[in-house]
Amino acid sequence: MRVALFVTCVNDTLFPGTGRATVRLLERLGCTVEFPEAQTCCGQMHFNTGYREDAMPLALRVGEVFSGYDAVVMPSGSCAAMVREWYPALGVEPPSGVYELSEFLVDVLKVEDVGAYFPHSVTYHPTCHSLRSLRVEDRPSKLLSAVRGLTLLPLGGADECCGFGGTFSLKNPAVSAAMCTDKVRHVLDTGAEVLCAVDNSCLVHIGGTMRRERAGVRVMHLAQILASTEGNPA
Amino acid sequence: MSSTFVGMPSFPKAASRAVGNAQLRHNLHKATHTIRDKRAAAVAEQPDWDDLRAAGAALKNRVLRHLDLYLEQLEEAVQRAGGHVHWAADAAEANRIVLSLVRATGETEVVKVKSMATQEIGLNEALAEEGITAYETDLAELIVQLGDDLPSHILVPAIHRNRAEIREIFQRAMASWGRPAPADLTDDPRALAEAARLHLRERFLSAKVGISGANFAVAETGTLVVLESEGNGRMCLTLPETLISVVGIEKLVPTWQDLEVFMQLLPRSSTGERMNPYTSMWTGATEGQEFHLVLLDNGRTKVLADTVGRQALRCIRCSACLNVCPVYERAGGHAYGSVYPGPIGAILTPQLRGFGSELDESLPYASTLCGACYDVCPVAINIPEVLLDLRAKVAASGAHKGEKLAMAAARRVLSSPGLLGASQRTAGRFRKLTPRRLPGPLSAWTDTRDIPAPPPQSFRDWWASREEK
Repeated sequence: MRVALFVTCVNDTLFPGTGRATVRLLERLGCTVEFPEAQTCCGQMHFNTGYREDAMPLALRVGEVFSGYDAVVMPSGSCAAMVREWYPALGVEPPSGVYELSEFLVDVLKVEDVGAYFPHSVTYHPTCHSLRSLRVEDRPSKLLSAVRGLTLLPLGGADECCGFGGTFSLKNPAVSAAMCTDKVRHVLDTGAEVLCAVDNSCLVHIGGTMRRERAGVRVMHLAQILASTEGNPA
Repeated sequence: MSSTFVGMPSFPKAASRAVGNAQLRHNLHKATHTIRDKRAAAVAEQPDWDDLRAAGAALKNRVLRHLDLYLEQLEEAVQRAGGHVHWAADAAEANRIVLSLVRATGETEVVKVKSMATQEIGLNEALAEEGITAYETDLAELIVQLGDDLPSHILVPAIHRNRAEIREIFQRAMASWGRPAPADLTDDPRALAEAARLHLRERFLSAKVGISGANFAVAETGTLVVLESEGNGRMCLTLPETLISVVGIEKLVPTWQDLEVFMQLLPRSSTGERMNPYTSMWTGATEGQEFHLVLLDNGRTKVLADTVGRQALRCIRCSACLNVCPVYERAGGHAYGSVYPGPIGAILTPQLRGFGSELDESLPYASTLCGACYDVCPVAINIPEVLLDLRAKVAASGAHKGEKLAMAAARRVLSSPGLLGASQRTAGRFRKLTPRRLPGPLSAWTDTRDIPAPPPQSFRDWWASREEK
């Protein structure tokens, strides 16, 4: 299966470890992964802030760069939702076969046990766009539950937004921070070592708050936990 | 009520004050989560909820598509049943009509059924200016009126008050409006309700004019419908000799049978009940009562002309979106600067009022786009879609010049893999210099959050080096 990785600009620039983990995981599961180097950004920030003319060339680029693959895998729920759900609002045809990582693993590759090993306690935050736009439902939890050594701890108020919201975090910093401190409180209540999600954008917000507050909980993208093995731990 | 929403600061400013109020945060959290859970349970037991929701949306879409025809049908039906119909293009005209109708009765006091439309047009203030006192009879509206306060929730206007505050308000203000609160009033909910009951009972018995809104208006029969929990609305609808109902033109449903759908959708979405305690329906004038219907536009036809924004006119004012909104829960209703707070307010207010103020321009951004509101909306209003469309309108107006420049610069870098790669390498080279605090608008991030240092190697550079091997 010829799979294109749309790593997303946030992961490309700030979290290359998530991209590397996605490649490792997909190759381990037998996929041939390509990284079309002409890719940049899905345009979500521009679109969500109201700058549709700026989002337009970025969306058109995605359509061109990612056409002709069996599948396009994105380690981000919100970017995948942008492409699938909102490109039509821009009048741009989304490329076919776009999947958020957990959707691709469970629905296309039909695996829940990806052969990972991660001997830590983890709690999972379902990010809003993966939960309510893509409806990934319990796919990430199923994948995490099958990881050897991993203890999955339920997160209180899980389906509540963390308060990131892209430029919302800058335009409404007080409400954003208030939402995040409530989220962090729930994370700390679980006692987990690691907070996992399918979006690094939300994790940079929650993780940045936890680091500022010296909360002592790591944040990790789902790809990094699923890529982890005994021989090559995360 | 002398307070008004006019001249309020932008949403972020008002909200940042509200999040610092622990009592408000507690009240809102407790109240919204209680109703949210009740709603979820009431909806879960309805096996055909998705179908009902689709039917509700379709019926409202039909009304909006043929609004001209249904409005004339309603007018004819109400007149046939002995009622009088008046048309108001805006708030000022609606207030003038109501004022002249009240004046014609010679009365200086009116009792009111809880109504969003009359709040929207500032009817109480307009009547007060002409020496006519409007008495709110819904318990929560009474609390707001006695407290010289503003509503902060569509269904529960005094949601920001707890019972200790309500007791204080009753003791302080009831005497100047009518029967005083008992001297030994406690903050026990039963005692508070009893004090309100005794206070209001005098009003019901003496009032000659009642003013209401309506949840629904049936075009086919001319029937108006009010759903409520307390029975106070029914008192106002039935006891006075003159009844005046101010109703938004989008409140129509085509036929009597269509009420079946909405009578299931509204109570479950609103209070989380299978059925609300009191539903009043009336058609035109009844014996011994004169009836006037004031049909209110006040910006609605302008909203109807917008192909994306018009779905907001499907709203049946249930408040389910407020009760699940994480932003509303922290910011409170007053920050939205309108009688319509929360997610629906963020899309309705700027459409009805236009982007004339800093506040109205900030409302489409008062959301993380988490989508919880869309999920619970009983008439499937895609609130995130309308928010995004309104944001595009704000951005196109050139309201945020610095942001526009920054977005264009980001677009130029992101339109070129070469430029993006070069920027990533530069950031990686200076990664040790990543500041703890960012300047300008970006300081809003680092006030509460660390920023991650850029990695020494971007993903695209790692991929390129791997391909070389």
